[in-house]
Amino acid sequence: MAMSRALQLSREDLLRAYRQMRTIREFEERVHAEFATGEIPGFVHLYAGEEASAVGVCMHLTDKDAIASTHRGHGHCIAKGCDVHGMMAEIYGRKSGLCAGKGGSMHIADVSKGMLGANGIVGGGAPLACGAALAAKTLKTGGVAVAFGGDGASNQGTTAESMNLATVWKLPVIFVLEDNGYAESTASGWSVGGDAIKRAEGFGIPGVRVDGHDFFAVHDAAGEAIERTRSGGGPSFLHLKLNRYYGHFEGDGQAYRRDGEVARLRAEIDTLDRFRRRVTEAKLLEENDLAGVDREVLALIEDSVRTAKSAAAPKSADLLTDVYLSY
Amino acid sequence: MSKKSFRQAINEALAQEMERDPRVVIMGEDIAGGLGAPGEDDAWGGVLGVTKGLMGKFGRERVLDTPITESGFIGAAAGAALRGLRPVAELMFVDFMGVCFDQIFNQAAKFRYMFGGKATTPLVIRTMFGAGFRAASQHSQCLYPIFTHIPGLKVVIPSSPYEAKGLLIQAIRDDDPVVFFEHKVMYDVEEEVPDEPYAIPFGEARFVREGDDVTIVAFGRMVSLASQAAEALAKEGVSCSVIDPRTTSPLDLPTILESVRETGRLVLVDEASPRCNLATDISAQVAEQAFDALKAPIRMVSPPHTPVPFAPALEDEFVPNAEKIAAAVRSTMRAPSKQAAE
Repeated sequence: MAMSRALQLSREDLLRAYRQMRTIREFEERVHAEFATGEIPGFVHLYAGEEASAVGVCMHLTDKDAIASTHRGHGHCIAKGCDVHGMMAEIYGRKSGLCAGKGGSMHIADVSKGMLGANGIVGGGAPLACGAALAAKTLKTGGVAVAFGGDGASNQGTTAESMNLATVWKLPVIFVLEDNGYAESTASGWSVGGDAIKRAEGFGIPGVRVDGHDFFAVHDAAGEAIERTRSGGGPSFLHLKLNRYYGHFEGDGQAYRRDGEVARLRAEIDTLDRFRRRVTEAKLLEENDLAGVDREVLALIEDSVRTAKSAAAPKSADLLTDVYLSY
Repeated sequence: MSKKSFRQAINEALAQEMERDPRVVIMGEDIAGGLGAPGEDDAWGGVLGVTKGLMGKFGRERVLDTPITESGFIGAAAGAALRGLRPVAELMFVDFMGVCFDQIFNQAAKFRYMFGGKATTPLVIRTMFGAGFRAASQHSQCLYPIFTHIPGLKVVIPSSPYEAKGLLIQAIRDDDPVVFFEHKVMYDVEEEVPDEPYAIPFGEARFVREGDDVTIVAFGRMVSLASQAAEALAKEGVSCSVIDPRTTSPLDLPTILESVRETGRLVLVDEASPRCNLATDISAQVAEQAFDALKAPIRMVSPPHTPVPFAPALEDEFVPNAEKIAAAVRSTMRAPSKQAAE
């Protein structure tokens, strides 16, 4: 078997990948804990367990590339370079949040970084990604767009429409299906008819199925797909099989899952554990390096929560601003 | 300056803005037409010919025919607007909002607010609306009240060729998402339209005529019918102001209130279904803010609460006309409160 291209990444890139995945994990574990205290308003959908997808894909992107995300969007935000302090403040509904406290967990965005928003509508992002790809193509920026969507979104008409449009318009867009096995509480085995790869192929889009807990596999497959699309090869499709560690939303009792399902996943196939093992066994990074990242990330998340908690709420006058540029 | 049809005025606005700004692209179903087919290129230029010739001038890169996939391309227009293009997407008939509304009201309309003021979505959606085309229930609705209801959208209803050109140019230059309603029965209406580009600001109503007795507010095609009614009423000695708000969002309420304070009587003419339409909306706001000025109950002229019928005899009965408007105006002149005041 050919050596993974990801294993040939520089030490800096491997550390960056680990730092981002660890940041996503700690961010979500902490939001889980803080949500339980009742201090975080609304509801949140956590990405813990799926880190290899966001990071393995977004490592191939720059600010000239765009992504459209999902309701489970924190991981995509971090991987696309959104400011962690701004994200945490947003989740707490603070004026200093990335969206000034007006979007919340489900709408975190940073358009300047090409992060076109988490999205409260399942399947809402794929047409937007097509548009970002159209802009890149028309303005000849060399950029591509990635549409992240889950197994639930894969059944929405917008996904099918976007795949067809991408082929018809030859758009530089990559569709990434994050198949975590559950659309809300409903198993994808029950709700998804046929085969995801064949669906994509039906629209003329080549697809690859990848173990979504294997950062190296995701990084390799995404690299090939993005390179192919960026160089004018047309849209691509990735089907990542992965699992989420928490419920559809925080507070979901998850009675639909097997007893011990998540504990087994954490023990046996955890993305971060596997990454650590691979890079230390291959002597690419030392345990010390990784432990150093862990400490930095913990401090970052701790600081983001501390500052978010003490940050000011928006003022009542803010209610009326930013509906329009002019009205 | 030369005589141009409503259709030509819109085509000219698109061409001049595409000429001025290379970021302006247009997209929609059959806006050139004939793509991939053995016959002529630009076979249609839009289902009613509004975009005819633009493909020849600007090429396939900027005149983008789409598959029949409204969610797909309206959403793509919204995404492209976030990333530096200024798309003008044609939703062929507004009735088709039923298959793509999420991309308009949950996505495009809300980006700026949800993202804390850090997103700009310079998107225009052109769409055909209105009854009188014998097109029955799924190709004849008005539906602009639904768009007006959504914060984040601007809604424009031009009432003449001159208005259409200036308002469409403003829509394309505007940095917020705009929905531009073209009444399909008006495409062949002609009037003098300047050749050069000009923009008409949003939220500034225009007085089509001024009078002392009654204020008539009308939208789109209803503006000319209201003017006809006002003409007939003038011969009976009733003097009417006719106001065309031009945009329903933003709405120039101050101008309407000022006129109502002068006349004391208000008739609202709205081709949209009668529940929760612009007539009821403006009526409520006038009642709240100028109740003291009213000499008679506000009258609303709208179709009945039915789908748009097909049979010509029924459709003609359905759509408001100058006679119905005039009758509503006369009823305000007969109101008991008016007689009491005399």
